[in-house]
Amino acid sequence: MSTALLFLRARRATGLVVLIAAAIISLAPLVWTLSTSLRTPADAFTNPPAWFPIHPDWFNYQAVFEEVPLLTFFVNSVIVTGLIVAGQTLTCMMSGYAFAMIRFPARGKIFMVFLATMMVPLQATIIPVFILIRWMGLADSLGSLIIPALGGAFGTFLMRQYFLQMPRELGEAARIDGASHFQVFWLIYARMAAPAVAALATLNFSGFWSEFYRPLIFLSDQSKYTLPLGLVGLQGNLGTGSVSVVLAGVVVAIVPSIILFAFAQRYFIEGITAGSLK
Amino acid sequence: MDKGPAKEKQGGTPPRFGGWFTPTAEQGEALFGYAMIVPSVLIVMFFTAGPILASIGLSLYKWDVISPPRFTGLSNYERLAADDTVLHSFVVTIGLAFSIVVLEIVIGLALALLVQQRRSRTARATFRTIFYLPLLASASSVAIVMGYMFDQKFGVINYYLGLLGISHIPWLVSDFGATATIVIIVVWQQLGFAFVLFVAALGAMPTDVLEAATIDGAGPVQTFFLVKLPMISPTVFFVAVVGMINAMQLFDQPYVLTKGGPGYSTTTTVLLIYQTAFQNLQFGYGSAISVVLLLILIALTAFQFLGARKLVHYQ
Repeated sequence: MSTALLFLRARRATGLVVLIAAAIISLAPLVWTLSTSLRTPADAFTNPPAWFPIHPDWFNYQAVFEEVPLLTFFVNSVIVTGLIVAGQTLTCMMSGYAFAMIRFPARGKIFMVFLATMMVPLQATIIPVFILIRWMGLADSLGSLIIPALGGAFGTFLMRQYFLQMPRELGEAARIDGASHFQVFWLIYARMAAPAVAALATLNFSGFWSEFYRPLIFLSDQSKYTLPLGLVGLQGNLGTGSVSVVLAGVVVAIVPSIILFAFAQRYFIEGITAGSLK
Repeated sequence: MDKGPAKEKQGGTPPRFGGWFTPTAEQGEALFGYAMIVPSVLIVMFFTAGPILASIGLSLYKWDVISPPRFTGLSNYERLAADDTVLHSFVVTIGLAFSIVVLEIVIGLALALLVQQRRSRTARATFRTIFYLPLLASASSVAIVMGYMFDQKFGVINYYLGLLGISHIPWLVSDFGATATIVIIVVWQQLGFAFVLFVAALGAMPTDVLEAATIDGAGPVQTFFLVKLPMISPTVFFVAVVGMINAMQLFDQPYVLTKGGPGYSTTTTVLLIYQTAFQNLQFGYGSAISVVLLLILIALTAFQFLGARKLVHYQ
């Protein structure tokens, strides 16, 4: 074996060692969370941690549902995330399609306004939005989270880019055969947009399932809390006593994301990469 | 499909308005277009575009929500210019954002290059999944977990560092420690985002260019800096812009972990806006800080775009 080849092998081996080390760092906090959630509260802070619990103790999972209304938080999160994902997907499909395929006066100007708002972070406008929410009578309701998120500049942009790649001839042919504008949209193009719809839906799911900022500001009654807000409250109230109970709650909150990711991994990845296309 | 009357072949079925208005084909198309964008337009108008203008308006008032707002002109901005807490929060925010973005790009790119060297598809897919997993947790959950792990006395991190002979780093209870902890946990969680994008960009690179470089005798370091890096520069630029915009809005982690402390060492601007408006009920002053934050974001993005003209190669 030549020295050059030996050198190449050594380099590849070093690369693998670095990758494995990075993978361990990436996984360790997740594994620690799961294993500590399966230890008795008294053991939670003993070091070294039991990375692989030999006698898993499911008590914490029972306790977390009893100490706080975790089920209520969970249901609230499902309602909020579900309605936003469904609603925003639909409105963004509609507006993205119109901006890409339909001719109407001021189309370019309206789209420019959309693009301009895309960069504006929610945090910079939260005060007027909060006042508006109160004025609309939505304060302390799940609607305060859902309604402002039923449309979006980014989703519109994403869908428009996707529709722009589609052949116009299909729709023109269908129009000549007597299909209405809506039928062309709904029966032809909307169906072809499934991959973009899936990417937008998973992206929105990740974002809104994890959302903490708006719930913190808009909700005050514990029965309206979503999971992230409820878990932070649980951690704050209980202090350091029941670490493993809090961690059980954290695990419950991440399970739906992991299940969805297992089935739709490619759309999560596409959702990220779709945004980077010029 | 065959519902429309035969004579309207060209325009399909036009919308009907009680018989007094029959639009032409173009008008019908325009009406359909407007109808399709109405929901999104209303949402963007009421909840993004409108509030930007409202923020500017509110910043000229003094308002504690209880008594009626009082117009005070630019006095909120005068106060802001002399308010060390606000100015410090800009320094904290930009410092955190810059550290986070640089680390994400360097580590994300390094890992992407290493993963690309793997010949087995399964290995590449496994690493991609592992690096993506932290993104599935919410930022607030990660902050809760890391709060326990970085605990000075009982935390698992100081335990293992102790075995290496490094004793009791005051992670969350010192200025530098708290800042470092936040940078570490954000980079840990969001690395997968940069990584996935870099892997995609490196994978899309035409192989003939790389082969040509190898034939010309370029080593791995030369190939990276002279061929690969220029070719993926649009992705690096995208990660920098998006990462910067996201990192400038850091809230969940400092709120959960440090409440901005110790002192004001991790009080980001967004956290300060929250405290000013929703805890101290100074809505006008909070709006003024928001407006300045927005201006800084616009300036940073514009600056990045200008810089990109020189550095980024679009094919």
